[in-house]
Amino acid sequence: MAATTGTATGATATAPRSTAISRVVALGRAELTLLGRSKTALYMGLMMPAVMIYAMHSAVGAADLDKTGMSVAQVTMTGGFGFVLVFAVYQNLVTAYVARREELVLKRLRTGEASDLEILAGTAVPAVIVALVQCVLLVVAGVAWLKLGMVERPELLLAGLVLGTALCILLAGATAAWAKSVEGAGFVTTPMFLVTMLGSGLTFPLEIFPDGLARFCELLPLTPAMQLIRGGWLGGMSAGHTVQYLVTALVWVALGVFAVRRWFRWEPRR
Amino acid sequence: MDIGDSVIEVSGLRRRYGPEGDKGFEAVRGVSFTVGRGELFALLGTNGAGKTSTVELLEGLARPTGGRVRVLGHDPYVERAAVRPRTGVMLQEGGFPADLTVAETVRMWAGITTGARPADEALGMVRLADRRDVRVKQLSGGEKRRLDLALALLGRPEVLFLDEPTTGLDPEARHTTWELVRALRAEGTTVLLTTHYLEEAEALADRVAIMRAGEIVTAGAPGEVIGSYPSRIRFAMPVGWFVGDLPPLAELGVSRHEENDGRIELQTHELQRTLTGLLLWAREKDVELEGLDARTASLEEAFLAIAGEAGGSSRESAATAAGRAA
Repeated sequence: MAATTGTATGATATAPRSTAISRVVALGRAELTLLGRSKTALYMGLMMPAVMIYAMHSAVGAADLDKTGMSVAQVTMTGGFGFVLVFAVYQNLVTAYVARREELVLKRLRTGEASDLEILAGTAVPAVIVALVQCVLLVVAGVAWLKLGMVERPELLLAGLVLGTALCILLAGATAAWAKSVEGAGFVTTPMFLVTMLGSGLTFPLEIFPDGLARFCELLPLTPAMQLIRGGWLGGMSAGHTVQYLVTALVWVALGVFAVRRWFRWEPRR
Repeated sequence: MDIGDSVIEVSGLRRRYGPEGDKGFEAVRGVSFTVGRGELFALLGTNGAGKTSTVELLEGLARPTGGRVRVLGHDPYVERAAVRPRTGVMLQEGGFPADLTVAETVRMWAGITTGARPADEALGMVRLADRRDVRVKQLSGGEKRRLDLALALLGRPEVLFLDEPTTGLDPEARHTTWELVRALRAEGTTVLLTTHYLEEAEALADRVAIMRAGEIVTAGAPGEVIGSYPSRIRFAMPVGWFVGDLPPLAELGVSRHEENDGRIELQTHELQRTLTGLLLWAREKDVELEGLDARTASLEEAFLAIAGEAGGSSRESAATAAGRAA
């Protein structure tokens, strides 16, 4: 049997169906291999967050943090989650989605058994793994080395991390539509970078901004996730704020789902 | 009609790119056909005729703007999960990450495929086993096509869509692919193939359909399609002789003639009668017909006649219509 071409009907009827999990794992494994072979992606995903966290550590030191009640180390390490999300997840995934689309990989995958959601999720697997590992490292380093204290409310930190990751994946999908090539991917991600870095509390906590500006910044896509992460680690977040950030984050996720469904392109423009 | 026997059913299929009106373009304009179980159906046409646009609708990659598609009784776009485990697809152009090796690519595809063949078996079928550790970007164009075919066959599909499967292959690889397709068909796989190699369609297909400008203009068994087109006789008259000197052409069974710089082409549906009449006349008059060439219609001629109409030449169209009527 093995040496023949195999009959068309018999084999399919008896073989176990591939499952959603097995398909996402297969796609994720291939994508992880590809990540390991791309110097640019490795640099973006592994080096950039560390470099940015180190650079911000010095910048934050120059700011007046009295109003925030946080130390430089606290601001830097919690802000570090944001850098991980932006570089390891968002930036890397925009590049990955554009590359796979332009290579016609996405189109080819859609002729197979994997659903659209599974294809997007499978492609995102390595970015998520890399981000998770780095976030664990941030917590370990913060607690053991910088003496930041144990995570006060792990469930909030986890909620912020999950929502932030989901949002970065969705925003990457939506952003990929604007880039025609892998080279262009670096360009189309710039607005999101700048807005998030300056306005979502990655560099400076919102508390040092004037009230009006701070309130506006709270509406930016990644701010709620960042606030949940910060509140989760350092504690002291009121129930009202917690609900506000959870709701805002969920609204952004819903907008992200809409944007991906509306704008994501599965093949190059003709 | 017995639904159980037709694996692919297409009726009134339309596909439009862009908006209504002049800004958009309708690539598929009301295409209908059915393909029975175990049949090999070939869609022929020049570039831009609408073959790939049609096949992509059958593969369920896009929703038609009009008409209906059923593959194995399901809508391939809406009921994707029901259809995909039973179909294999080879797109016109590849689609594999350049930095994965051949074996890694097959392993990935096996992970998303129900009842996948072992990788070595799949690669052996397309003679790529010795290239398993090579990165996809280092494969030649022909090798990429064979890898694509291996993946289309990975899940032992009941229905196989092959969009120009042998483009870029050397003659030997092309014949290997033909043998493979024949073997699959012999085992009961239904195959829908597009090609612009006419000998490929003639060699493999049970039925062909020729597309032009988004429509099927001729369909049937290769023999039937060819039969509706005339045979051709070409020669040059010696100096001092003219077409008018020939016996009345209608009496010879000639359906159409053309003269160009002394070269004459006659079209006929009765090649033997026309040729006999012509040669008897030439012997009687002691005329040497230079460069005499007589040939039965082939799929290529049918194809060229149809492609020729694309220019909108009314004379060609009239002649073809006359040819069909005859």
